[in-house]
Amino acid sequence: MTTMTARGSRRRTPGAVRRGLRRNLTAYGFLCGALICFGFFSWYPMVREFLLSFQKTNFVGPPEWVGLQNFQTVIEDSAFAQAWINTAAFTGLALVIGYAIPFVVAIVLNELRHAKGYLRFVVYLPVMLPPAVAVLLFKWFYDPGPGLFNQILSTVNLPTLSWLDSTSTALISLVLVSTWMNLGTGTLIYLAALQSIPSELYEAAELDGASLLRRVWHVTIPQTKLILLVMLLLQIVATMQVFIEPYLLTGGGPEDATVTVVYLMYQYAFSFGNFGGGGALGLMLMIVLMVFSAIYLRVSRDNQT
Amino acid sequence: MKPRNLAILLSAGLAFAAAGCGSDSGSTQSGASPSGSAAGAAAPVTISVGCQPPKSNPKERAQWDADVAEFQKANPTVTVKGNDAFPCIVPETFQAKLAGGDMDDVFYVYYTDVRKIIQAGQAADISPYLSEVPALANIRPDVMSVFKDGEKVYGLPRTNYSTGLVYNRKLFTQAGLDPDAPPKTWAEVQEAAKKIAGLGAGYVGFGEYSAGNTGGWHFTSSLYGRGGEVVSPDGKTAAFNSPQGKAVLENLKTMRWTNDSMGTKQLLRWEDLMRMMGSGKLGMMIGAPDVVKEVNNTFKGKFEDYGVAGLPEATASLSGGDGYMFNPKATPDQIKAGLKWLEFKFLTPGKGQFNYERAKNDGLPVGLPDTDLFGSTEPGAKVQELRKQFATVPVEHFQPYVDANANVQFKLEPPKAQEIYAILDTAMSAVLTRQDANVDQLLADAEKKANNVLARSS
Repeated sequence: MTTMTARGSRRRTPGAVRRGLRRNLTAYGFLCGALICFGFFSWYPMVREFLLSFQKTNFVGPPEWVGLQNFQTVIEDSAFAQAWINTAAFTGLALVIGYAIPFVVAIVLNELRHAKGYLRFVVYLPVMLPPAVAVLLFKWFYDPGPGLFNQILSTVNLPTLSWLDSTSTALISLVLVSTWMNLGTGTLIYLAALQSIPSELYEAAELDGASLLRRVWHVTIPQTKLILLVMLLLQIVATMQVFIEPYLLTGGGPEDATVTVVYLMYQYAFSFGNFGGGGALGLMLMIVLMVFSAIYLRVSRDNQT
Repeated sequence: MKPRNLAILLSAGLAFAAAGCGSDSGSTQSGASPSGSAAGAAAPVTISVGCQPPKSNPKERAQWDADVAEFQKANPTVTVKGNDAFPCIVPETFQAKLAGGDMDDVFYVYYTDVRKIIQAGQAADISPYLSEVPALANIRPDVMSVFKDGEKVYGLPRTNYSTGLVYNRKLFTQAGLDPDAPPKTWAEVQEAAKKIAGLGAGYVGFGEYSAGNTGGWHFTSSLYGRGGEVVSPDGKTAAFNSPQGKAVLENLKTMRWTNDSMGTKQLLRWEDLMRMMGSGKLGMMIGAPDVVKEVNNTFKGKFEDYGVAGLPEATASLSGGDGYMFNPKATPDQIKAGLKWLEFKFLTPGKGQFNYERAKNDGLPVGLPDTDLFGSTEPGAKVQELRKQFATVPVEHFQPYVDANANVQFKLEPPKAQEIYAILDTAMSAVLTRQDANVDQLLADAEKKANNVLARSS
């Protein structure tokens, strides 16, 4: 009885509902916009891709359900295992190189007293280049003949490298491109995190006689732990989807050394005309990435609480 | 604008846009009767046709428009709606157009995609309507076989050529070679490549693809030239692990590592070799006269600097070219109208693409032996005569190619071509990037992989 009374007292009159709706109309309007965008450009493609991975289609007639046949096809492909190994290696190398460098650059920028704005602009500049342009720029840098990198190596009397043309250096060459292209974004995010650290902590550490390295280890890293973790997970999700670098620089070669999962997916869909196979690969990758995304959401939620 | 109004407008706009995206416009319709011939020839019909020259190519576009006007005057019930695009076909948009219902009624294809499209059921069977194309009787049977699956026909060719050896005449002269006597054997190619590479840093004697499936494509071309096969006659097993296949890779390995005549940069794809050829630093590559046209039109080369010879030692050649196929959703009337248009525009000597007099007057290059659709039939002789009469490019530079190809047999791409090309890319990139590459092992590995692909498809 008590409960019913309480419910009854909370029941709003139609007029109040109308007023509430009117008051929040702007919010609902913007929400609808976002929902439609997400619905059509993110969720709908995901659902289509999920269905596609169990179908055989030519986009003309009705699709045929083939169960797990697409998955069997791609798993039996000789390039399948290689693509996952390469993707894992790329992600690992991108974490070692591409994760650490922006953090170090941010710390250096944060410590600078002069030309801060200019250097921030210089660091962020590569992000403003269209990715295809940036990648093609590196195609010239990596040219084993007149390329910039080998010219530099020759100038300092070091042996030149084959860069993209060698199975041992091709993948790491792609990581370098990716690191350079994304350096600016990572650095700016770290810089923002560093600037939110109270200066009193550094002053106290300095008074205690802590060196720069000890200040970084005992103040900077603990204070930016969350952002470091979030960036780590986001970077794993992003780098596992690497495509443009192998597509434009190596075409998956030499000897499949740079075939990645997304590149193989592209091959299936657009070169082989097997959209079901491409969909199956996409679904597998999506499941792997969902694990990392779930960790990311958990980390974010833990921090909020 | 108030934020509330802005939000409503934004949502409404997105909803309309999304609704527009979702609608299936289907094939271009214009009152065409779906029942086809029952409605009679007088029923008005509109066809959308791909590969209209883009506005950035005003002369060829004006020619297209003039041809459309002439065709429509002769066929008043047909309206031809050209859709321009450059390049004319992009794999990424092809499937999207088909899925979205935006595919042209008469769409453009490269030979390399034809088999895949037929196998996927993405083109209409035009066999019942071929009586509309009298010119068909004169088209080379080996060319028509590109568009056939069994007895069914799925398209018509626009251009056709066999692969040869494209070479830079200027570099030949600089290297002390005779540009009028291009190499006829692979041993001669090796010698010429060495001399050209010896001109100095940056000069490449012979260039070859090895990435993005183009390596496998050219491996097939070379293999066919040497008399080899990619798959067995029943199409069930790989056949490239053969003395001919080995010779293809060994030849490249020798040029790359022993002779150092292929440059240091590898993993090259189509546009890479075009750029190198256009820059004047590349001596030779496997290609057809269309390469010279592309290098001249897009990559700043000059017609007079290039020549084309036959593929060394070749008795057979992988056929190349392009053509048109029909949207499976096109109505019979649209297919008939499309066939009439294709015959007028691309298969009639003196008209459309063979109106060499007009091309010459417009300042466009004439004289390249870039298409051979009719062989030695009467229309074939007529096309050759007109081409010679109105030639603006030095035709003698391409005569070795014409002479060498007189008896070359055209061969089709293997089944599962792109999958096999991707596998063969590995072997091609290996011999060009790794000095210790084991050719036997590479071919054995590729054979195993190709057999898996073929077994899955059969």
